[in-house]
Amino acid sequence: MSVETEIRFRLNGREVCLKVPATMKTLAMLRDKLGMTGTKYACGEGECGACTIKVDGKTVNSCLMYAVDCDGRELVTVEGLRAPDGLHPVQQAFVDHGAVQCGFCTPGMIVQAHYLLENNPGLTREEAQRGLEGNLCRCTGYTKVLDAVEAVAGKGACAGGKGACLGGRAPDAA
Amino acid sequence: MTHDNTNRVTPEISAYLAPRRLDEALQAMADGDATVLCGGTDLAPQTESGARQYKAKLLNIRRIDSLHGIEIKGGEIRIGAATTISDIRRSAALAEAAPVLTEAAGHFASEQIRNAASVGGNLCNASPAGDMSPPLLTLDAAVELACWRDGAMQTRRVALDQFFLGPGKTVKQPEELLTAVVFKQPAADFVGRFRKSGPRPALEISTVSVAFGARLVQGKLSSVRVAMGAVAPTPLRARHVEAALEGQPLNDAAIAAAVAATAQDAKPIDDVRASAWYRAHLVRVFVEEVLNDVRRD
Repeated sequence: MSVETEIRFRLNGREVCLKVPATMKTLAMLRDKLGMTGTKYACGEGECGACTIKVDGKTVNSCLMYAVDCDGRELVTVEGLRAPDGLHPVQQAFVDHGAVQCGFCTPGMIVQAHYLLENNPGLTREEAQRGLEGNLCRCTGYTKVLDAVEAVAGKGACAGGKGACLGGRAPDAA
Repeated sequence: MTHDNTNRVTPEISAYLAPRRLDEALQAMADGDATVLCGGTDLAPQTESGARQYKAKLLNIRRIDSLHGIEIKGGEIRIGAATTISDIRRSAALAEAAPVLTEAAGHFASEQIRNAASVGGNLCNASPAGDMSPPLLTLDAAVELACWRDGAMQTRRVALDQFFLGPGKTVKQPEELLTAVVFKQPAADFVGRFRKSGPRPALEISTVSVAFGARLVQGKLSSVRVAMGAVAPTPLRARHVEAALEGQPLNDAAIAAAVAATAQDAKPIDDVRASAWYRAHLVRVFVEEVLNDVRRD
């Protein structure tokens, strides 16, 4: 066992404090220590994007991120991306367009799509395609995923305002 | 020593350190027994697979402010070692001063990895296929290495083409930290290009990469720099290709001479990603393409 370190950070708007081994990855911490299983473990080496989360507003592969480096930072997982009245518009679009088959890549796809739309609310299909390059789907392909993202683009659903997601805010404050 | 669940013997990490000051980091490294962590995108898979072992201390340098950022001062561009590939890709200053770096950053892994990976880590990882190396070689970049010795910080500069020794190996000593990559601001008539190949644009370890840089004055090339990745144990300057182009007008004859000269510089191997024959072929194609591309503009 390697040395344990106490870290404090915000997870989907809530303050979290726990001890983690120095070499533990953020994905293992989320799933095995905090019971947040929305973020998926697939390849474990940064190739597939199923474990995508947002850290300080930028998406990363949580399987490559050391949990100790979460200290003092702001994490958002797929569990933090819901609207006050239910699904976030990006999630709803994935449902509406049938952009889910086995669903294993979906949390990562949704977090990455949300991040892309947040930074470029009017993104084009080509921009969505490039932005989702780090997210692999082994079932359906990408057409329906891109359809879903395209449907949300231009509606301003991820940049605040009407239908905005909770982002980092505490779910119970909504 | 302990056994993990794959029954590998793994040394224990006795301390995790996340200093905010460079001198604290260098003091922690002075005994040469620290593993440096920044983005973790290479360290995590390499340690998980057992290809690399942790040292006694895990030293996170990502919180040291002076290691972040892109600065242009006195005709010199300085990129802090902890600067992410995303920061490089989005830097308006670099897009203006050294667009070849912006281009290479755009072809680097995926958005998630670009958001975490640091330029210093990419260089220290010393992969023959590292995507930042060829463009930085064409910019005549140097790296700054710092260490703590005799109660003070010591720094030295090493030209990037002297930095790499082999796959995963550099001249950096265990007690040294790569703090920045620096290069002279290219002249206004400097042109640069980057090409890499792989079956898809994202998350592809380059089968071959080629970077080109030169001053182009009235159709004539000077200060020509050509660098290649994944064609030798280290990223390298293609000196024969450079010599074929130096002082020449950018015409068909010069391009043909440059393409022919690639055989003297590129010494590729067969591996899982491509055969040596295919790599040698790609190098010729890329050199021709970048030169034709520059000629068209």
